[in-house]
Amino acid sequence: MGVTEVTLSEVENQAAPHRVVNDLSIQVATVNGSGSQSSNLVLLRAIFQMGIPVSGKNLFPSNIAGLPTWFTIRASKDGWIARRKEIDFLVAMNPETVEEDVQTLAPQTPVVYDEKLDVGRFRNDLVLYPVPFDQLVAPVCPDAKLRKLVRNMIYVGVVAKLLGIDMAEVEKALRKQFQKKVKAADLNFKAVVAGYDFADQHLPKADRFWLERMNATQGKILIEGNAAAALGCMFAGVTVVSWYPITPSSSLAETLISYMKRYRIDPETKKATFAIVQAEDELAALGMVIGAGWAGARAMTSTAGPGISLMAEFVGLGYYAEVPAVIFDIQRVGPSTGLPTRTSQGDILSTAVLSHGDTKHPLLFPSSVGECYSMAMDAFDLAEELQTPVFVMSDLDLGMNYWMSDPFPYPTRPLRRGKVLTAEDLKQRGGFLRYADVDGDGIGYRTLPGTNHPAAGYFARGSGHDERAIYSEKPDVYVRNMDRLARKWETARRLVPGPVIEGGAGGGIGILACGTSHWAVIESLDQLKREYGVEAGYCRVRAYPFNDQVADFIRRHVSTYVVEQNRDGQLCSLLKLELDPEDTARLRTVRHYNGLPIDARSVTDSIAQQEGWN
Amino acid sequence: MATTTAVPPAPPRRVNRIGLEQAAYKGNKSTLCAGCGHNAISERIIEAFYEMGVEPHRVIKLSGIGCSSKSPAYFMRTSHGFNAVHGRMPSVATGAMLANRHLIAIGVSGDGDTASIGIGQFVHLMRRNLPIIYIIEDNGCYGLTKGQFSATADIGSVLKTGVVNDLPPIDTCALAIQLGATYVARSFSGDKRQLLALLEGAIAHRGTAMLDVISPCVTFNDHEGSTKSYSYVKDHDEPLGDLSFVPFFEDITVDYDPGTTKEITLHDGSRLLLKKLGEDYDPTNKVEALRVLTESHERGEVVTGLFYVNTQRPDFLQLMNLVDEPLATLPESRVRPPQAALDEVMESLR
Ligand SMILES: Cc1ncc(C[n+]2csc(CCOP(=O)(O)OP(=O)(O)O)c2C)c(N)n1
Ligand code: SF4
Repeated sequence: MGVTEVTLSEVENQAAPHRVVNDLSIQVATVNGSGSQSSNLVLLRAIFQMGIPVSGKNLFPSNIAGLPTWFTIRASKDGWIARRKEIDFLVAMNPETVEEDVQTLAPQTPVVYDEKLDVGRFRNDLVLYPVPFDQLVAPVCPDAKLRKLVRNMIYVGVVAKLLGIDMAEVEKALRKQFQKKVKAADLNFKAVVAGYDFADQHLPKADRFWLERMNATQGKILIEGNAAAALGCMFAGVTVVSWYPITPSSSLAETLISYMKRYRIDPETKKATFAIVQAEDELAALGMVIGAGWAGARAMTSTAGPGISLMAEFVGLGYYAEVPAVIFDIQRVGPSTGLPTRTSQGDILSTAVLSHGDTKHPLLFPSSVGECYSMAMDAFDLAEELQTPVFVMSDLDLGMNYWMSDPFPYPTRPLRRGKVLTAEDLKQRGGFLRYADVDGDGIGYRTLPGTNHPAAGYFARGSGHDERAIYSEKPDVYVRNMDRLARKWETARRLVPGPVIEGGAGGGIGILACGTSHWAVIESLDQLKREYGVEAGYCRVRAYPFNDQVADFIRRHVSTYVVEQNRDGQLCSLLKLELDPEDTARLRTVRHYNGLPIDARSVTDSIAQQEGWN
Repeated sequence: MATTTAVPPAPPRRVNRIGLEQAAYKGNKSTLCAGCGHNAISERIIEAFYEMGVEPHRVIKLSGIGCSSKSPAYFMRTSHGFNAVHGRMPSVATGAMLANRHLIAIGVSGDGDTASIGIGQFVHLMRRNLPIIYIIEDNGCYGLTKGQFSATADIGSVLKTGVVNDLPPIDTCALAIQLGATYVARSFSGDKRQLLALLEGAIAHRGTAMLDVISPCVTFNDHEGSTKSYSYVKDHDEPLGDLSFVPFFEDITVDYDPGTTKEITLHDGSRLLLKKLGEDYDPTNKVEALRVLTESHERGEVVTGLFYVNTQRPDFLQLMNLVDEPLATLPESRVRPPQAALDEVMESLR
């Protein structure tokens, strides 16, 4: 039997390398500002339309034009959509980076490249597919000025031919991409066809990768996390938005503007049921949100690390004066300006306790576009129920890349607007104490400015105050208030989304993660099982404060690996702040912080190494 | 049947047009120093809102941080108030007004709060022409942190400690006019008549009404060598014109000579009558306003009065094209689009 197997594979090797179907990552190396984003999205979408699970990650520079950029498309029949470290198929278009780009490839990796780059200079063990881009683009696009933008469409055709992507799907994807710009679509499609025909005539298939139609994406959508979050905000009934442009959060506000203009203009009066302001900076952005939240609006802002740092003072005011606010942090790499166009989970710790004095803030950790949508709605409900700033901790990978998802469900739960007293309520009660803990949950009742009752008014302030909101420096008054806020934190613990726990049998090792690390973790769980026979438990925390289930999970495992995308193990530190030291002694970390989305191989290897398995 | 005894007639209660006594506009007891200019301003605010018959529940009082910023607690007790962070009240006011366009906002700031830490937000507030009465209680120093110079201190003025200010002042009125505020004035906390008229005009105005009110700090900046002291301002005050305010609801005839009076009709129909002293002054002319301010600096004079008013420019809330009802309390049915909207979006993403 053994003999037969050997013979079989030898035969395969001679005829054609054994076929790898629907399992590869394609990297496209280009220059930003060259229109390559459209080409890459057309490829991504065409594969998606063929029913193959796919993900796309854009690795772009903080620059408008002329710097290197990479786009990775991963197709996976098993549905793995985390970044993959290995590159199986390269499209090399950038003379500046080509040498570096081909250096790390495994032998026999196929490379489609501009013939002028002469990839053979660097490696003689790759499958080379040289393409004369200039020659091909000239007849397609007589207008020399447009050629630069159309040129990249040629590789779409070449790749489609080599991998077996259906041209009908390519055309459909391309027309979707260009929407109403029919002329541009026609021109671009001509370039795709030119590439396809060239490959057909001059590039005999010499690699082992193929894409074949399957049925795993039917009914699904493709959307960026920021667009999903924007939809969530709109269906959460947001009314006041104030923001200041910053990568990678701007597209959240900008997409929201376009959705709101379409769906939130009163049909009768043609007037807006919302106000969106581009503020002068992040201080003002959050200041407006706090003012609006105090006056009763569902208000939000979206930003990234540098903006979060600037907002610190206002966040403390929101915490202490108890004003609802929703803040999206689309995390990017810090410290300081850091790597503005790379992803990270580096704001977790500083945001959890943002601002001076004793402060703590609920954080929500979406890991999918579906959760960007649903947690946007959760965030507004929580902010108003808890009367405090709530953060949604997304990241660049989630926010700016396209992800597959089931379509989002229409919300069935009515808006939860929290404890707000109307003039009618006040008439019945005779009055109210703004910061009294009437219900024992640490949350007082509030009134909105404009409430027509002589007892409605109160003075919100960031200085010490008593239950009536009157200035006070008395030690016991201060302590009572801070203790009530601590009680409110316990209420928050009950209200925020709990963790998702899989494989809860216990014993052995557990993995704990949040946000986008999820995609690498689930693939790593599979690798651990296949490669080491280890069935690890998995706890995905979806919010801070953590609830008891998180502590239970840690207790159930001999050791728990906290997987996160920062250098200092911030999620792990936060667990240590909240949980019993005896439990947290079982915590170890897997930290990934090079600005690229975390991949499964890094997680698996790190755990294996720490466990001494290799 | 009860026997009727003659009840002595109660002394007539003085009430405003919505039936409230002036006491209804009072606040908590001031904790500022006795004699502080800020207290006098609070009193004028109480009078102005009373006289104008503003409903206290529609008013929001906002401030930053400083002695001046404490004062909203000392007027209109029943109105909502918000003591925000240092220099950043304008953004809070902007958010609140977006949430509920029917509110009437009064913001109280100090010269430190506005002209240093808050200059960025001040600039953008003026630029937006948000409907708000924005008062700078200007004492040329930081009261609450014990007397350091502020950015409105005049060049050459001297602190109690002998420190001389060698940087030029920021003229918040000139800035406000340049940036787009539509009602810009300077007054003096000790000038009851002028300040009251300016405040009443500000209430009737729709847009940003910026009032820089010189308000001596008796504790740190009321000595010889200070240009924001009571005596200095009294000696150097040069009123632009004698100002009268006629609310639209009391259309009384005012005794004035049309030849020497400039009349401005405000948004609610009220009128401001500016009796000219000396040369012709036209408060609707931006260039003229800036000229007067620049020249007065050169002469070392403190010109007070209404420098500029523009009743034509739309305010920020008008530009936002908002529905009539407050955004804050729109029902779910108006802020959550229907299922069909979500379906349409989902379809476009397939
Ligand atoms: C961020 C911040 N920095 C500094 C302070 C300290 N501080 C409090 S009030 C004040 C100055 C107030 O001066 P001004 O606005 O002129 O008001 P005044 O007290 O003179 O009325 C300063 C610097 C603060 N509260 N917050
Ligand atoms: S220190 Fe100056 S500004 Fe502050 S209350 Fe006293 S007099 Fe007024």
